[in-house]
Amino acid sequence: MTPLETDIAHLLAGSMVLVSFLLLYQDRMFALINIFALQAWVLAFSVAWQAYLQHAPHLFITALIALAFKGVFIPVALHRIVVRLGIHRSIESVVSIGPTMLFGMALVALSIVVMLPVTEAAGAFVREDLAFALSIVLLGLLMMVTRRNAVGQVIGFMSLENGLVLAATGARGMPLVVEISVAFSVLIAFIVIGMFLFRIRERFDSVDVRALDMSRGESA
Amino acid sequence: MSASIGIAALTGLLAIPAVGALILAAIPGYRMSATINAVVCAFTLSCAGLLYSHRPEPSLYLLVDDVNTVFLIVGALVGFTTSVFSAGYIAHELQTKRLRIRDVRFYHAMYQLLMLAMNLALVSNNIGLMWVAIEVATLTTVVMVGMYRTSAALEAAWKYFILGSVGIALALFGTILVYLAAQERLGQGVVAMAWDRLVASSGTFDPALLNLSFVFLLLGYGTKVGLAPVHAWLPDAHAEGPTPISAVLSGLLLNVALFALLRFKLIMAGNAAVISPGPLMVAMGLTSLVFAGLMIYRRRDIKRMFAYSSIEHMGIITLAFGLGGPLANFAGLLHMAMHSLTKSAIFFGVGYISQLEGTQRIADIRGLTRSQPLLGWLLVAGVVAIAGLPPFGIFTSEFLLVTSTFARSPWLAIALVTGLAIAFSGLMLRLHELAFGDSGKRHALPAYRLAPMALHLGLVAIAGLYLPQTITTWFRHVASQLG
Repeated sequence: MTPLETDIAHLLAGSMVLVSFLLLYQDRMFALINIFALQAWVLAFSVAWQAYLQHAPHLFITALIALAFKGVFIPVALHRIVVRLGIHRSIESVVSIGPTMLFGMALVALSIVVMLPVTEAAGAFVREDLAFALSIVLLGLLMMVTRRNAVGQVIGFMSLENGLVLAATGARGMPLVVEISVAFSVLIAFIVIGMFLFRIRERFDSVDVRALDMSRGESA
Repeated sequence: MSASIGIAALTGLLAIPAVGALILAAIPGYRMSATINAVVCAFTLSCAGLLYSHRPEPSLYLLVDDVNTVFLIVGALVGFTTSVFSAGYIAHELQTKRLRIRDVRFYHAMYQLLMLAMNLALVSNNIGLMWVAIEVATLTTVVMVGMYRTSAALEAAWKYFILGSVGIALALFGTILVYLAAQERLGQGVVAMAWDRLVASSGTFDPALLNLSFVFLLLGYGTKVGLAPVHAWLPDAHAEGPTPISAVLSGLLLNVALFALLRFKLIMAGNAAVISPGPLMVAMGLTSLVFAGLMIYRRRDIKRMFAYSSIEHMGIITLAFGLGGPLANFAGLLHMAMHSLTKSAIFFGVGYISQLEGTQRIADIRGLTRSQPLLGWLLVAGVVAIAGLPPFGIFTSEFLLVTSTFARSPWLAIALVTGLAIAFSGLMLRLHELAFGDSGKRHALPAYRLAPMALHLGLVAIAGLYLPQTITTWFRHVASQLG
């Protein structure tokens, strides 16, 4: 593997972390969805590049799934849902942008500190890839925590899954079963979520998760 | 001969629920599909029973060993009795129009899909396949928890979905790290995900990677087990979904997640240089036990209360397995089996109670031993059993655990006993309100409906009075393999 090839792989993985940060501070629904689509595209390129480097043609399938499903189908579907529910105007966050971004940076630092020493034996290439992947996972978690809105939380979750796919492809020769299943589980997850969104809409006229909190079963 | 029967049984274990799910998705009628559901579960149970004596050869994807047969048989048994209970329960829900016929069709198909996913998770030898199966099991239960579509049910399902997905995502990251550690030694590909190979050669893996992976796996699968502090989904999911699902969640799904954790614990145990997973599991188990014990006091909802009791008992089991050693492992296994039977029996009872009384609020339910004597006294027996009083099997397992803990670390034993006492008095306090006194109501419930509950409690009582030699030998053998 030449240095240039490794650099390109790092560039793509690093871009995904950058896009995760972009996701953190979006306050418009459509922008959020578009940025998510962007992350899926970068993921697809990253996976395809890995497929080329590792001479693993089956990874191209994973790349294709990421591109078609997460990069096109889901964003389009989410656009429709947002339009139908009329929630495109703005999205609320629990924490304001400044602290969220600072916290996000801390998480990236954390994942580098945790991953780099641990994976010393695994070779320079896998190491950084995993550190990036863990950053994306943690940023996805952060996004799920800071968003009040159901659509926002779902996008946070899918961005988290992007990080997992990146990690799985970085691990050399990981059997195909897992990649397809990851993509497949996202599909199922999406159907589930879609159903929930519509049901939530039926009941509350809102996809704001706060509306759910009001109906806690524990209220006397 | 034995191996070919084993292969047939293993195939049946996976194929029967799969075919069942397809058939049930296609059949519209309620009576028919409830019967088919129970019959399919009975066949699955017989396949699981066959695996006890006939083992197929392990492959890279599937493996039947001593440990998972225990989980399989307990699971298939609870799955079968729950399907019998579910038939009566769902009929009532249809009458009262809480569910539509379309929902029920969906429910039955999902029930079989859940059984398939849990069986697959238990018999998979591939840690990736196991992850996929647990993920599918999670998704099917999410859908079923939200089935009533009340605002509370939707909140519970959403919370379960979000927390469950995060847990399962962390578990996948942990799985990837285990693969990374393994592929340096075992080479790339499926071999490096086969659990039996991993256990055999984990001594040569990079300890740092294994350490990190176990943190993710413990948090990830721990969420599914319902360990504090990542348990938040569990009480809601139990309280708001249909009661058969509460029974299956407590009796089966929590065990399956715990089983996954045990699999990884064994991988860790093979490597001398890694942190010992035991103390981590003991800490989480003890926290869950004490925390859930305290939470039982303030519950107003009967299903929610027993959900906290499930967290408590999963804590005890995790503590036992974390402690390790033949005696504690034996106690853990026995407790796992006893808890599954008892807790699902309690949920069967609670299901009927909430239907008869029309409420799940503890304050509104009084004098069950008068209003419906058989149900009331069975509930008393169930709660006495779950609280850990003799002559029931949970007493035996808790006693074994406490004595083995006292012998090894007295301070931990004191904490354990305190936790048990807290939960015990909380449950007794509520039981008194629920079961005794007189509400003036009288309910009619055909006695045969209570058969599954009576069967479970009967088994637990027999296990407490006299544990058959075969079971003792079997469990002791399994316990010795759990390290």
